[in-house]
Amino acid sequence: MINLTLQKQLNGVNGPLQLDVNLDIEKGAFISIYGLSGSGKTSVLRMIAGLMSPDKGSIQVADEVWFDAAKSIDKAPQKRNVGFVFQDYTLFPNMNVEGQLKYALRKEDDPSVVDELLEIMDIGQLKSTYPRTLSGGQKQRVALARALVQKPSLLLLDEPFSALDRGMRSRLQDYVLQAHKVFGLTTIMVSHDVAEIYKMSDQTIVLEEGRVAKQGKPQGVFANHEVSGKFQFTGEVVSIEEQGFLLIIFILIGSDFVKVIGSRDEVGPLKVGDRVMVASKAFNPIVKIINP
Amino acid sequence: MDWTPLILTFKLSVVTTVILFVISIPLANWLAYSKSKLKPIIETLVSMPLVLPPTVLGFYLLIAFSPSNAFGKWLDESIGLNMIFSFEGLVFASVIYSLPFMVHPIQSGLSNLSEGLKEASYVLGKSKTETLFKVLLPNIKPSILSGIVLAFAHTIGEFGVVLMIGGNIPGETKVASIAIYDEVEALNYSAANSYSLVLFIVTFSILFAVYLFNGGYIKRFWG
Repeated sequence: MINLTLQKQLNGVNGPLQLDVNLDIEKGAFISIYGLSGSGKTSVLRMIAGLMSPDKGSIQVADEVWFDAAKSIDKAPQKRNVGFVFQDYTLFPNMNVEGQLKYALRKEDDPSVVDELLEIMDIGQLKSTYPRTLSGGQKQRVALARALVQKPSLLLLDEPFSALDRGMRSRLQDYVLQAHKVFGLTTIMVSHDVAEIYKMSDQTIVLEEGRVAKQGKPQGVFANHEVSGKFQFTGEVVSIEEQGFLLIIFILIGSDFVKVIGSRDEVGPLKVGDRVMVASKAFNPIVKIINP
Repeated sequence: MDWTPLILTFKLSVVTTVILFVISIPLANWLAYSKSKLKPIIETLVSMPLVLPPTVLGFYLLIAFSPSNAFGKWLDESIGLNMIFSFEGLVFASVIYSLPFMVHPIQSGLSNLSEGLKEASYVLGKSKTETLFKVLLPNIKPSILSGIVLAFAHTIGEFGVVLMIGGNIPGETKVASIAIYDEVEALNYSAANSYSLVLFIVTFSILFAVYLFNGGYIKRFWG
């Protein structure tokens, strides 16, 4: 059982942000934290790992207190026994794959865990390879293996798959799930990919502006807006052409241009540069497999 | 040609570089990561020899270590260390004078490393010292090499500070740069030229080797 009460003033990309999070996490659970960038997701992980100190609050894991502002307890990251997989992997450039794992061993650890992890993560053949020649997916597996060497009770994953393509992502998700089961971990994963959260987690927490906006099973949490009978996108108006009483509006959604037709009455006062939401009922969609 | 001044120059450079290396690593590490209020003061002091005329440094060291004042006298009487016109004094002055050349490259190497490397090592339970020696320093080898070579080469090129505190004692403080000056004064141009040529070739070779190594040319052409 992990008990978190975290308060901290953060300076995010969108200005100052007051983070205020209370969470109880069951042992053995797979939790995901979802939210837009700048909502404080990564900060929560960093505070659990001891890389950032909350202003107020406490962190209790099982019956150990890792942080308590009132009692001035702040355990060093070295003493918290967490596994942390960083977004950019942070492999040590001066060590080969086996070296990375061996470095993570403590004096009292059985060194055979290194070979075991190389096996589980399918990186045995890369033993003597250095990080700069590894692919993204391989780096990710090495980072994961390295985080598991000390058999931590808690595994923290910071958007672990965001830099990978779809196919690789799916395989790596399986590696993580396997590790979660084999080692009996409690895992907390930051992600902004709803599909990934569905696939992997038991519980999900939605952070908005530093606060828990929703929490529960992924199906319940995302049911209202993500899973619905309509498509919905946000974009920016690039140009508006008037043709009689109709308007032809060019909208940039992600990197795609979409041409939408509307009337003055319907869309109201619209100008170039406005951020808009485009929605359509999904009663007759075209669904096509595009896997490579 | 009398080789003594050249040998003395290289002895001084080697000793100075070794001492500098040992003190610069903790100092550069502190400067790279500390948030202390003292940091700007220490940074300024470390950089001072870059802009201060060597004669100023030499002058104050001469005053400080002179046996005619209390501190110099105490040093001489208590541990028998005479810093004026002696090799030990030269080493001390050189260490101060070449300090920024060793500290700056190591400090900037450390500051340019991703913060994540350090954090990843801490999360793996490794202490600050272990992280420094096993993760951080091995990843800034080119900066360390630059520091060593610059400090070494800079000590070879020392003149003003040596003249002030060391004087011109053959075999003790008469290094090559002083010997050149001496020979020119005596209108002995061919001897001055021999010393100069040796210094020129040696310093060129050292710096050339560093640029070859740090520029990756060696790996590209022979690796």
